[in-house]
Amino acid sequence: MHKALVMEVDACTGCHQCELMCSYGKVGAFNPAKSVMDITIYDGGAINVPSTCTQCQEAWCMVVCPVQAITVNPATGAKEVSAEACVGCKVCTIACPFGAINYDPDSGVVTKCDLCGGEPMCVEACPTTALAYVAEDSTGYDKMRRSATLAAGLEA
Amino acid sequence: MSWTGNVLRVDLSAGTCTTEPTNMEWAHDYMGQRGLATKYLVEETDPKVDPLSPDNKMIFATGPLTSTIAPTSGRWSVVCKGPLTGAIACSNSGGFFGAELKNAGWDMVIFEGKSDSPVYLDITNDQAELKDASDLWGKSVWETETTLRDRRGDPDVRVASIGLAGENAVLYAAIVNDLDRAAGRSGVGAVMGSKHLKAVVVRGTVGVKVADPMALMKSSNAAKEILAEHAVTGTGLPTHGTQVLMNIINEVGALPTRNCQDVQFDGAHDISAEAMAEVRESDGQANLVSNHACFGCPISCARRSKIDPTHFTVKDKPEYQHVSGGLEYEAAWALGAANGVNDLEALTYANFVCNEQGLDPISLGSTIGAAIDLYDSGAITQEDTGGLALEFGNTESFVAMVEATARGEGFGKEIGQGSKRLCEKYGRPELSMTVKGQEFPAYDPRGIQGMGLTYATSNRGACHLRSYTVSSEVLGLPEKTDPHVTEGKAGLVKAFQDLTAGVDSSGTCIFTTFALSGDDIAPMVDASCEGDWSVERFVEVGERIWNMERQYNIDAGFTGADDTLPERLLKDAAKTGPAKGHVNRLDEMLPEYYELRGWDTSGVPTRETLSRLGL
Repeated sequence: MHKALVMEVDACTGCHQCELMCSYGKVGAFNPAKSVMDITIYDGGAINVPSTCTQCQEAWCMVVCPVQAITVNPATGAKEVSAEACVGCKVCTIACPFGAINYDPDSGVVTKCDLCGGEPMCVEACPTTALAYVAEDSTGYDKMRRSATLAAGLEA
Repeated sequence: MSWTGNVLRVDLSAGTCTTEPTNMEWAHDYMGQRGLATKYLVEETDPKVDPLSPDNKMIFATGPLTSTIAPTSGRWSVVCKGPLTGAIACSNSGGFFGAELKNAGWDMVIFEGKSDSPVYLDITNDQAELKDASDLWGKSVWETETTLRDRRGDPDVRVASIGLAGENAVLYAAIVNDLDRAAGRSGVGAVMGSKHLKAVVVRGTVGVKVADPMALMKSSNAAKEILAEHAVTGTGLPTHGTQVLMNIINEVGALPTRNCQDVQFDGAHDISAEAMAEVRESDGQANLVSNHACFGCPISCARRSKIDPTHFTVKDKPEYQHVSGGLEYEAAWALGAANGVNDLEALTYANFVCNEQGLDPISLGSTIGAAIDLYDSGAITQEDTGGLALEFGNTESFVAMVEATARGEGFGKEIGQGSKRLCEKYGRPELSMTVKGQEFPAYDPRGIQGMGLTYATSNRGACHLRSYTVSSEVLGLPEKTDPHVTEGKAGLVKAFQDLTAGVDSSGTCIFTTFALSGDDIAPMVDASCEGDWSVERFVEVGERIWNMERQYNIDAGFTGADDTLPERLLKDAAKTGPAKGHVNRLDEMLPEYYELRGWDTSGVPTRETLSRLGL
């Protein structure tokens, strides 16, 4: 079974360690501007939201790509961009409902999360529990259990 | 590698921006940030320069570890001659601005001269341009940052700016980045204002490369593990922020209270971390909303707070009813205990105002405390204060003074000159709780002996961040020493000073040193930088920086006689708590300190010492 990258907004402190490691994996430099994991900060840091590609089963970016530059890595389920095949048309960036695939003008191709081949560097870097890489059939269940605990009137 | 190799030189008089290579010989001897920027200042300016004149320079500097995977890599510094003290000023800030500046490709930005009219510096990677800021002059930090971000249309730009305090030459004006992180101390904001520089906007997408990425990841991961498992950096600071200290320091009898009349504050709990987390009756919310991290920081000690919307300070002011930077221990102490004020919401409001208009809450709070003491002793009256009755514990008059100082109105102009000038003006210099003109922070040296020597010898005037012996004397890190004993403190202070100067020059945060030693930090520098960076070299660089700063101050006119403390700490014993009956015994520590430093008996570095350090 594949694993899924999951994000827990409440646990994110906005430290950007994930962006540092992600960018290193992508471009070989610590450069948050090139990270495909992005932290959006609200209320001056009271709320920090990590976002990246969640690897749709039916990936619209892949469907619309006119040159089949996006393919599925069978080992991880990740939708991966071939920099050689990508022509930089950006149609995928329009198709993705989450804005999780982006065009990089420096390289002339689009870039997105590829789960680092099954060992996501952002997860390794995260100092809290905001990012985790879990079996895909368990996504959401932790949160469900916490909600159930609260509904039962117990402390989560 | 790790250094970008580029320095941006901004001549504000000529309106030009030029690029030059970083002096790598100096980088190898002074590392970066605090050390390297100070080296440039020493080489390029006269130590006797008027700090607020065009001839003073102001340097924004990053370190070799800034914006790397090394934990707490968001640090940057501002270095100049300080207007509050006349000594070297170096103020360190976190947030996100420093990392963005480094990502844009700059080790440093050197500002020189003075612009005829207000300007801001707009940087995108290697493109830098001075732009008109006439419409921003008179605006707060918050308005300036929001306006510039909107103008750029890019949510990822970072801004450092001054508010009214910097414009009005409040001598402890701060430079504020990311709305509420500050290069807070020594009046660097007044120097920025004197140059008519309102703000620096930066967007960086170049990134940072290091010499040996795999080695850096290994040493950084090891450091992160230590930080996560440590009681202070893994639990205390993330849970309570720096405010974890309020009750602790009060209990050890070292909380300077009512302008150091006392060492314990009966309202300490009311303004503590624990109080910040308590649910208010009025709106069912707590003052504390969440914690938050600076760039690259796994500790996340910053606080987000929301003021009680029904509180008198904000009930008619929606602009203060949002979530913003909450109280740190230093601000809570200086604004609170130093003035006998125990109203948490009022202190949070005062802290918001400090961020909004760019003020150092330590010097502000301590100067208000001195003003109340002056009033108490009859040296000033309501005629001087514009009708305000100054009393310890009077929240309304305290808030009025904060607002007047931020706006540069009435008696606030006097408060804006700092407690040394205020107390001298009214004939009671002994009531100023300062060293070298800078108000000291939240640790009473009668209860923690090493902090007396720390304040007396700090190169930027009284400061806890130059050698935080509280770590050893109270928290027992790295090993416990008795806070009431002077023996061994000279060596302790020197060791902390040298290590700290190294950390401040690396691009990481001094708070890591609760858990990390030089043995943990040096390998991260070694992995990132060219050359071999052993812990011995790291600490030697720190010692070199310390002596360079000292020599600068001596050349500026300071002498060993300035290495002292206010009489109140040396003669009036603590009245309560574990330190009851104690004064600070500086004279038992200072001669040994000079000797360990390799300075002569009047505190001047000897020729041998300077030569040994290559100075």
